[in-house]
Amino acid sequence: MQDLIRRYGTGLTAVFCLLVAFWIIVLVILPNFAMFEQSFRPYLPVVEIGGPKDFYSLANYGKIFDNGFATTILGIPVTMPIHIKTFLDTVFYSALVTFLTLIFAYPLAYFLAKVAHPKSIPTLLLLLFIPMWVSEALRAFAWYIILTFNGPLNALLNALGIIDQGIRWQNGVFTSYDAIVIVLTYCYVLFMLFPIYTAITSLDTNQIEAAEDLGSPWWRTHWRVVIPHAKPGIASGCVMVFMLSAGSLLVPTVVGSTKANWFPQTIYTWFNDALDWNTGAAYSMIFLLVCIVFVILAMRVFKVKLSDIAK
Amino acid sequence: MSAGIDLENVCCDFGTFRAVDNANVSIKPGEFFSFLGPSGCGKTTILRMVSGFIEPTEGAIRIGGKDVKGTRPNQRPTALIFQNLALFPLMPIWENISFGLEVRGIDKATRRKKADDLLKLVDLPGAADKMVSQLSGGQKQRVAIARALAVEPSVMLLDEPLSALDLKLRQHMRAELRAIQKRTGVTFIYITHDQGEALAMSDRVGVMSQGRIQQIAAPRDIYDNPVNGFVASFVGENNIFEGDVGPVSAGMAGLTGPHGAFRARIAPEAQGKALKLYVRPEHTVLSRSAAAENSVEMEVTEVAFEGAFISVHGVAAGGKRLSAEVKNDGVTSVPGVGEKVFASFDAARALLLPDANVRG
Repeated sequence: MQDLIRRYGTGLTAVFCLLVAFWIIVLVILPNFAMFEQSFRPYLPVVEIGGPKDFYSLANYGKIFDNGFATTILGIPVTMPIHIKTFLDTVFYSALVTFLTLIFAYPLAYFLAKVAHPKSIPTLLLLLFIPMWVSEALRAFAWYIILTFNGPLNALLNALGIIDQGIRWQNGVFTSYDAIVIVLTYCYVLFMLFPIYTAITSLDTNQIEAAEDLGSPWWRTHWRVVIPHAKPGIASGCVMVFMLSAGSLLVPTVVGSTKANWFPQTIYTWFNDALDWNTGAAYSMIFLLVCIVFVILAMRVFKVKLSDIAK
Repeated sequence: MSAGIDLENVCCDFGTFRAVDNANVSIKPGEFFSFLGPSGCGKTTILRMVSGFIEPTEGAIRIGGKDVKGTRPNQRPTALIFQNLALFPLMPIWENISFGLEVRGIDKATRRKKADDLLKLVDLPGAADKMVSQLSGGQKQRVAIARALAVEPSVMLLDEPLSALDLKLRQHMRAELRAIQKRTGVTFIYITHDQGEALAMSDRVGVMSQGRIQQIAAPRDIYDNPVNGFVASFVGENNIFEGDVGPVSAGMAGLTGPHGAFRARIAPEAQGKALKLYVRPEHTVLSRSAAAENSVEMEVTEVAFEGAFISVHGVAAGGKRLSAEVKNDGVTSVPGVGEKVFASFDAARALLLPDANVRG
């Protein structure tokens, strides 16, 4: 603080501090707090707000356990509330998206950081960035077209003789979430790529060579030298991709099948269709909380510290 | 288990730049061989070719008589110690040292024991569980040596490993390295730009300039009988005289130039080339009167006390700078600044040499 004042003077420093305070308090803390507070109150007609029926309870949170339906998990028949099922699917497939982006991004990041000629890096980065200049909505629609029954992907596979009849990608080949997983992976792969790229760039190439010189095959060099070094980057990439995927509303809405529900869609329905902001807020809170817990647990399992991610 | 290394007509090009030009050298098993040269002379390129990170553009490299063309660094019986050591900062010391064994699928208990043994060998017992960042420069050095020795290489390649250490530690590590080499009997190839280091440690030295090996000889020979002006200048100081070379008789020849007529040794292969006369300051004697031959009058401009000797600098006719070293033995008189003295030298101590062997 002293340093800031000395460098920029009292006036500018005050402006900086106020702007940051405005951002954190007005744009982050207050809205979240307002939603948190609303989530405990019942959805009432305007005239009854503040009346005798308006009291705090966990009723909104309890709604997630309503509407049980029969399903099977690993062949065992169970009755599960529909929203819990959506919720678990969202977390599971977001984790899958995170894993897939990692599989794609790590080799590419390593290639960019250590293999590609330094002169070609700006061009390669530009090529990676160009799709990002197009809005996410457009990219999702582009994939909708690619994956459609009479779309280019089926035409290509047909022409190559790989398939002899069209695949209904949006209904799903493996699961009903195929299309969502594909498009989310595409949309968020760069959020995985760049933290890992930055992390690997800071690795001394001599260490890779030293490992090789000591007889290490390439996979062990990666396992013992490169990946441990890149772990903070991998962790922050995973947290980002997981949170973005789990929170995506647009992609599941555009490409999702009728059988694929994404939890943000459920929340959206509470807010927008049911106009029940209180239950929507409660669902949001549950989702936020559980995702944070999931991320913290994952960080524990992979022994990553929060300070590593902040790097 | 040490192996010899043969380089046969080895060339290495980076684009249009020839980093190593026609290197021929045969390093004996168990030898301590140094490549000495200024930065950019190609010595590190040679090391990287032997270790397998670069393939030679032309020529063959043989380790233990076997051509290693096309084999990756992880398949060669060499261990490289990097200039910055390249220890793995995220592994404890013992895992660093035993990494090469881990790669070979050796079990943990054996690895740990081997690491402890090697730490004793490099005089660093008890450091096994520390992290790299907890060690000092000299200790990291020892860990790097232990890590390389762990894989029991036939050849150790060292890329200026002492350059980051302070003077005292560097001198200590020189002796240590030499002792480890003697104890293990492994062939050492050592890269350095520090002539003191190369001369003090090596069995033989290869002096390099601009991608070419200028001379390969024992340290003493390199210093006393350099083959050209580059080698003479790189390994020590010289007083240099230009002039025209006279007829040769019994390995001696005359040189007549602006500073007078001199006589000096001449090597048979140097005959017929443009030559200069090189004589070392410690072979240059100062006296009040001119000697019978090889004598130049100079005015003393600076007297620098160096401890064991006193360095006297002067200017001869035509602004020619000369220097002499006077032993600090309490007997030899040291001239003062401004005095006129004669600098003379024994013809057997002076050499007529061509310039460096460069392409063209």
